[in-house]
Amino acid sequence: MAIGETIRNSQIWKSIFRHPMPLDRRNRIVVMLTNFFLHLHPVSIKKQGIALSFTWCMGGVTFFLFMVETVTGVLLMFYYRPTLEWAYNDILALRDVTSLGILRELHRWGAHAMVITTWLHMYRVFLTGSYKPPREFNWVVGVILLLLTLLLSFTGYLLPWDQLAIWAITVGSNMARATPFLGYEGPGQQLLTIGGIDMITDKSDARFGLLGARFVGEETLNRFYVLHCIAIPLAVALLLAIHFWRVRKDGGISGPL
Amino acid sequence: MHASPFFLSDVAGFLGGYYAFIAAMNGVFAFLLWRKYGQPGWAITWSAFAAAMMVLASLALSGAPSLVPALPDSVRNVVNALSGPVLYSLGTVALFTVLFIFRKFFVQSMVAWTILNAALVLMGLSMADQNFAAIVMKPDNVPIVGLVFLLAFFTWVATKQAVVNDERIARGEPPMEKLNDEKVLVWPDLVYTELICMVAVAAFLLLWAICLPAPLEEPASSVKTPNPSKAPWYFLGLQEMLVYFDPWYAGVVLPSLVVFGLMAMPYLDFNKKGNGYYSIAERKFAYLSYQFGFLVLWITLIILGTFLRGPNWNFYGPFEYWTPYKVEVLNNVDLNQMFWVQWLDMPLPRAAADAPWYSQLGHILLRESPGLVVLGLYLVALPPLLAVTIFRGMFAKMGFIRYLIMSNLMLLMLSLPLKMALRWTMNLKYIVSIPEISLNF
Repeated sequence: MAIGETIRNSQIWKSIFRHPMPLDRRNRIVVMLTNFFLHLHPVSIKKQGIALSFTWCMGGVTFFLFMVETVTGVLLMFYYRPTLEWAYNDILALRDVTSLGILRELHRWGAHAMVITTWLHMYRVFLTGSYKPPREFNWVVGVILLLLTLLLSFTGYLLPWDQLAIWAITVGSNMARATPFLGYEGPGQQLLTIGGIDMITDKSDARFGLLGARFVGEETLNRFYVLHCIAIPLAVALLLAIHFWRVRKDGGISGPL
Repeated sequence: MHASPFFLSDVAGFLGGYYAFIAAMNGVFAFLLWRKYGQPGWAITWSAFAAAMMVLASLALSGAPSLVPALPDSVRNVVNALSGPVLYSLGTVALFTVLFIFRKFFVQSMVAWTILNAALVLMGLSMADQNFAAIVMKPDNVPIVGLVFLLAFFTWVATKQAVVNDERIARGEPPMEKLNDEKVLVWPDLVYTELICMVAVAAFLLLWAICLPAPLEEPASSVKTPNPSKAPWYFLGLQEMLVYFDPWYAGVVLPSLVVFGLMAMPYLDFNKKGNGYYSIAERKFAYLSYQFGFLVLWITLIILGTFLRGPNWNFYGPFEYWTPYKVEVLNNVDLNQMFWVQWLDMPLPRAAADAPWYSQLGHILLRESPGLVVLGLYLVALPPLLAVTIFRGMFAKMGFIRYLIMSNLMLLMLSLPLKMALRWTMNLKYIVSIPEISLNF
């Protein structure tokens, strides 16, 4: 008797996997219904829905990259302290000293790749008209996810705390200064005064809210770190769950119901 | 030119591998043509091309300045002299127009393969230019090069299928996707594909991470402003718009409108056709609108902002050295100046400093009346006019509210290319300029 069979018949194996090996048709159906990681999928699917020339696999790749970012990101958090004293030095150490410093490369290039695959996924969904009924709302969820992907990348851009980082964030966040009514250089903010006192100043405008300070400094580093590691990933995880659930409920990735 | 004597020998190894890769790619292609597709004629052609690439590879590996294949200086100088924001923008629009109109020609495999190889060779020849290489090989710019090739590839994949489907639909046959209607089990057909994709992406990412170190510049310093200061690459299209608009519009309102417009899209597109298959003919208006927004406005502006904008946000040709001393004359004029001073030969209407607020307001409105009239005509009068002319059919199908949102989103998107054209032709700075409340448009 093969050792593999002994293992698969053991009490431990059977307690973990609720199904036999998916070797025949019946068990290939059962496995999709009883396995937690597979239950996201339907049991059967239109052949068209898995043709690579049709799907480009870009949504799946984006999700995979999100997982890569999560794993490498958690590991990087062990090495990195978001303070003015340590941020740059910790990244320097990742480059020059730390054994698994390549984690940072994986994380950074994975992030760039994720922005690109998100755009390509969206491009495919548009070109196949897959945003049309009944998937209008899932497209909206996707647009929010696109926005969150860009914000994840943007908040992460600051963390190495080098010249590239702070000036890119300075240029990007300077826009908030010009928010109509809410930015202290924006149109119409002059109108928001009470008894001659300006409501919108460089200490109370939209940019201050974003940076936590009047310029990109330690408060901003802390704020972006928390947004990057906790707040935005949680929001993305929730929306991803909705996004995938809707794909199932709306009858696959494209075509009328 | 600030040529380093070591540049060519430094880049020689990369270029050698690069040309050898093109050769290998064409070798495999030729083999497939010969054995799988039975086209020995084409197989010989591409084998010969592969051999030529091997010659380039060995020349590049020599590392000798006289041997490394590069564009002649004269060609580089002509390209630098000719390139500018106007030619770049009009050129990309013309290119996309030609690609769209003659799409049946361009999607043919041999044509697409020829264009791909031409682009790769041109890229290789350009990489032997130090100024070009300095920008393109910046670690954070490498993904954009990848994006360009990926977008070209996937646009080809999509257009090829759309052309086939459109021909089938014209003949009264269902699109190809409908022929693949039978169901298959997710295990093994989908889960195995996913697994292979994951392994492939992980391997690719590891290779990328090993070959290209992540950038790390000097420690942050809030007093040393780099020139140029650039946002992350995916926002450079927005930064490029700052040339034409103030930050409140280019950096806040337009991006918000892009997000809103994308979300509104499925509710505005009333066309029931083209759901679940590639097609262009069945949804031309939606297709062209999206491609204009995505490829022309978003992607090409990112490329412009990344590769062609240097110190002081000045325009630099692809082979030009980014000298911070380049001076560009800015003599842009507001519309109110043009109207009152240049055309009517009058001073700008201005209230006395101690005049009551309504007089101040009246003078501002009078001063800005030309711009306000232009904007009013554009955003308020144009939509109804379009509704009874070229959009008559759409208006009837969409209803008032949806039509109003669609037409205004469309006009606001077009405000960017229009403002560009006005800048290039009339040196127009602002259509409406009310510095009293920081409102410039």
